[in-house]
Amino acid sequence: MKFENVIIGNSSAAIGCVEAIREIDSDADILMVSADRQAYSRALIPYYLRGKIELEGLLYRRQEFFERLNVETKFGIRVERIDTNKKEITLENGEIVGYEKLLIATGGKPFIPKIEGLNARDFFTFQTLEDVLRIKEAVEKAESAVILGAGIIGLMLAEALVEKGLEVKVVELADRVLAPVLDKKTSEIVQRKFAEKGVEILLNNTILEVRRNEKKILRLKDGREIETDLLAIAVGVVPNAELAKNAGIKVNRGIVVNKRMETSVKDVYAAGDCVEIFDSIAKTSRPIPLWITAYMGGRIAGFNMSGIPRDLSFVTAMNSMHFFDYYIITAGLSNSEDGEVISRLEGENYRRFVLRDGKIVGFIIAGKVGRAGIFTRLMEEELEVSGFKDKLLNDNFGYVDIPEAIRWNLLKEKVKFGVVRDAWI
Amino acid sequence: MRIVVKPEVCMGCQICEIWCLVAHSMSKDILNAFLLEKPRAKPRIVVERNPSEYLILQCRNCEEPKCMFACISGAIYKDNGVLKYNEEKCVSCLSCVMACPYGAVKFEDGKIVRCDLCNLDPVCVKVCPNKALEVVS
Repeated sequence: MKFENVIIGNSSAAIGCVEAIREIDSDADILMVSADRQAYSRALIPYYLRGKIELEGLLYRRQEFFERLNVETKFGIRVERIDTNKKEITLENGEIVGYEKLLIATGGKPFIPKIEGLNARDFFTFQTLEDVLRIKEAVEKAESAVILGAGIIGLMLAEALVEKGLEVKVVELADRVLAPVLDKKTSEIVQRKFAEKGVEILLNNTILEVRRNEKKILRLKDGREIETDLLAIAVGVVPNAELAKNAGIKVNRGIVVNKRMETSVKDVYAAGDCVEIFDSIAKTSRPIPLWITAYMGGRIAGFNMSGIPRDLSFVTAMNSMHFFDYYIITAGLSNSEDGEVISRLEGENYRRFVLRDGKIVGFIIAGKVGRAGIFTRLMEEELEVSGFKDKLLNDNFGYVDIPEAIRWNLLKEKVKFGVVRDAWI
Repeated sequence: MRIVVKPEVCMGCQICEIWCLVAHSMSKDILNAFLLEKPRAKPRIVVERNPSEYLILQCRNCEEPKCMFACISGAIYKDNGVLKYNEEKCVSCLSCVMACPYGAVKFEDGKIVRCDLCNLDPVCVKVCPNKALEVVS
């Protein structure tokens, strides 16, 4: 069996790839193989736990999507290995499939720190459908929960669990929540939101040891011991790159790819949480495990796999998050102190921009997030904003505040190629 | 299809904004929409203003829509070349707000507000007295 395009994975990057291939070529044959039994949106898991959506809501492309796009699927089947010389993959059932172009979109996996006495059955992670189903069941019998890690995933889980009536504590090694993306002011507002709902956040702290009686007993760095029914670990996601590594494909922290999403081996592409990619703002290669990065990476890979050369031109960390209806959008070097920092705090509305050489390299917009995408655009365009920087801090900043001479150029749509066609969803 | 703006003939009257609001109200009646309905409907088209200038910003129904690429739930999709929004699937994660380079996807009163092209017959284009808005396919 041989396919022109084989995609390993079935999440954001994989879907982005399929959609791009079909924009170019309606006939090319595509096989999608994934260990996951269903293609669903992992980003929706917190919303499912909170009851905001039903199980079907996790399917972000309709069931008939693969049929309509004429994609052959082998879901619930793990890929054992890739032979890049013979250009074939071996599945766990022994089946061998040849490829002309291959996309590796194996995603990420939760990072589990070494903790004395910690067994796999002691804790939950919060990344997959299986995880959330296990948590849902455990919550029925639990009264208390401790979450290690105050990142987006950890805090979204904390919000869901406190809504379900559990007594929730969050343990975080840094001196504030969401430390990689927020500055002190925003972190403090978020901490206040959680405190108001009765969630205790233990900062500058971590779990050193786990013991158990009928509950779990956690010994913390500050010496105290706390008991809990449920323990979740959410300290971060690392690339799932073993398959690529074992095939001799270059892997640093993640699978190494260039702007065309090509790996070190010809005809093998990679995208999504399994790769490390050049951050246009931070000017360094690193994993950027975000939905839009995965989708765009997969999309760009799809074009290149179809013989249309195209670069992923702008990539940086971008987050949109909310806790108890407090909304925050960040991008780039959002909490950096290195550069000219301008900010305005009014009640809980906050805007902070980091400028270098008169250009935006990062921002935090919290509270009224309004039309934050405009700033992502200004960042991408590397537009000199010094002349109107004070206006950036107004809640209703818009294109009208940008000098007319450059405004119209920005408002022209950058039409490239590849027209997104009909209802694929 | 998409709506394009001819800025040279726009006089910033905001009539497009007013009728866009009415078209997206419950009653479709201008007085009810402005005086009685709570919360008041939101216009999709934006007329930006500062003391000396104004500017219309409309959804471009982009050929490569970043809002759709960023959407984690499949709430934004294309149907016959037109971007559609399924409120039922939306979880208000605001990824689309983060991604839209024109600020044409807004978040107001806890809801995503975006252009739906009025079933291919956009009211903003019909009501503009100066023909500053135009539909192109």
